[in-house]
Amino acid sequence: MTLLETRGRTARYGDFQALFGVDIALAQGQTVAIIGANGAGKTTLMCSVSGVLRNAPDQVLFDGRAVGALPADEITRLGIAMVPEGRRLFPSLSIEENLLIGAYGRRAAGHWWLQTVYALFPILRERRLSPGTALSGGQQQMVAIGRALMSNPRVLLCDEISLGLAPVMIRDIYAALPQIKATGASVVLVEQDIGQAMKVADHVYCMMEGRVTLSGAPATLSREAIHDAYFGAHA
Amino acid sequence: MNWIDTIAQGVLLGGLYALFAAGLSLVFGIMRLVNLAHGDLIVMGAYLILLVVSLTGMNPFLAAMVAMPVMFALGWGLQRVVLNRVLGPDILPPLLVTFGLSIVLQNVLLQGFSADSRRVGAGALETASVDLGVVTLGVMPLLTFASAVGVIVALNWVFYRTSLGRAFRATSDDPVTASLMGIRPQGIFAVATGIALVVVTIAALYLGMRANFDPTIGPARLIYAFEAVIIGGLGSLWGTLAGGMIIGVAQTVGAAINPEWQILAGHVAFLVVLLIRPRGLFPRAFD
Repeated sequence: MTLLETRGRTARYGDFQALFGVDIALAQGQTVAIIGANGAGKTTLMCSVSGVLRNAPDQVLFDGRAVGALPADEITRLGIAMVPEGRRLFPSLSIEENLLIGAYGRRAAGHWWLQTVYALFPILRERRLSPGTALSGGQQQMVAIGRALMSNPRVLLCDEISLGLAPVMIRDIYAALPQIKATGASVVLVEQDIGQAMKVADHVYCMMEGRVTLSGAPATLSREAIHDAYFGAHA
Repeated sequence: MNWIDTIAQGVLLGGLYALFAAGLSLVFGIMRLVNLAHGDLIVMGAYLILLVVSLTGMNPFLAAMVAMPVMFALGWGLQRVVLNRVLGPDILPPLLVTFGLSIVLQNVLLQGFSADSRRVGAGALETASVDLGVVTLGVMPLLTFASAVGVIVALNWVFYRTSLGRAFRATSDDPVTASLMGIRPQGIFAVATGIALVVVTIAALYLGMRANFDPTIGPARLIYAFEAVIIGGLGSLWGTLAGGMIIGVAQTVGAAINPEWQILAGHVAFLVVLLIRPRGLFPRAFD
């Protein structure tokens, strides 16, 4: 069953058009990866699904409902949580407060709460009273993921969670993914790391210059096809 | 001249200035909004308390309790209907709107209550004092100072111990990311302005009981409040209390040397602090 989809999603910043009719679908329980180079429109797409950018109502459907025109806080309350690019922890809040603020728009009781997030990322329990900015990049990313989980989302949007992190950190963070999915959340990953995306996704969309240039299950996509879709056929 | 007495009176006067400033500090800290009508809102609060007292014959402290929910609703509505529309990356529109609001408020008060000086009578409390041996302190200034400390303790508790306070701080840090947490920044701002006007009501109570007021004195209260906030460092409520005390002490010491220097001494102290610590005494670590 399709849980979340965008239909003909367009977006512009002033005169610059960032998205040209993007169709993406996420089925219940699936992990979808969106890959593409810088400027392909991946983050714009995430921002429009999460409500940071407004759309025409029927350009985003969640659980069969047109939600494209809702503000971000209502989208979150419906059960779509986002891990924003660059983590965006709140500097005046401690680690634990950053996690608790994630539960502000919590729609229902569920698996995720402080104790279960600490079980997922034990290092956060040790550092829970430090300010968010005192952590390493990877630990900050764990806080950002935990913060999004605290709302017990049905859909978790992860925007560039491996960007700028050490490989060992990326491995630790991706190791948490199966546990997140086990609680019933469907996941959208935006990644520049193609290898990582191919390993965990059920379905991959490749974007270039505001359009989906390739989509399919990872096993069906050849290296060459991805290369062409990623950089353009004549690159 | 008794210096201990002068300084003690100044510290207590600082409590009044801290009360003037706490609401301003709260609103600025959360939404980077400089409310130029803050002083006039204090004066309006004083008239509201006066109105309740003269209609019901109530004790002024009880009248202030009656005024508080009214002022909260007013602040909430003001933010919802007016100020939320002008908040944005440009700081000029909210300045212009609150500047206009200040003029409107002064003239509405002038129409409604005339230009006569008024006062909220507090009976024997006005002249009561306690003799501490070294100094004799007025009960009213002591109450003012205690209220200022109480307000700051309460606001800090809300800020650092409650879910609402977390939402205040998160929204202040980054409203877009806060909205991803399910927080509606406009709603948080409305609650913040509502709380600021409750604090304004407490400031208005002491303003009205301690001295005469008329519709035009708001802007001067705004200046003292502003100076207290800046001296203390933006975003620090205890800093705001310290800032109020510095202005208070400077004024009483100035007045003790020469009565003409009272107001000037407060402003000079403000400038000196700005010269030495341009970001105030207790600035936030980041901004």
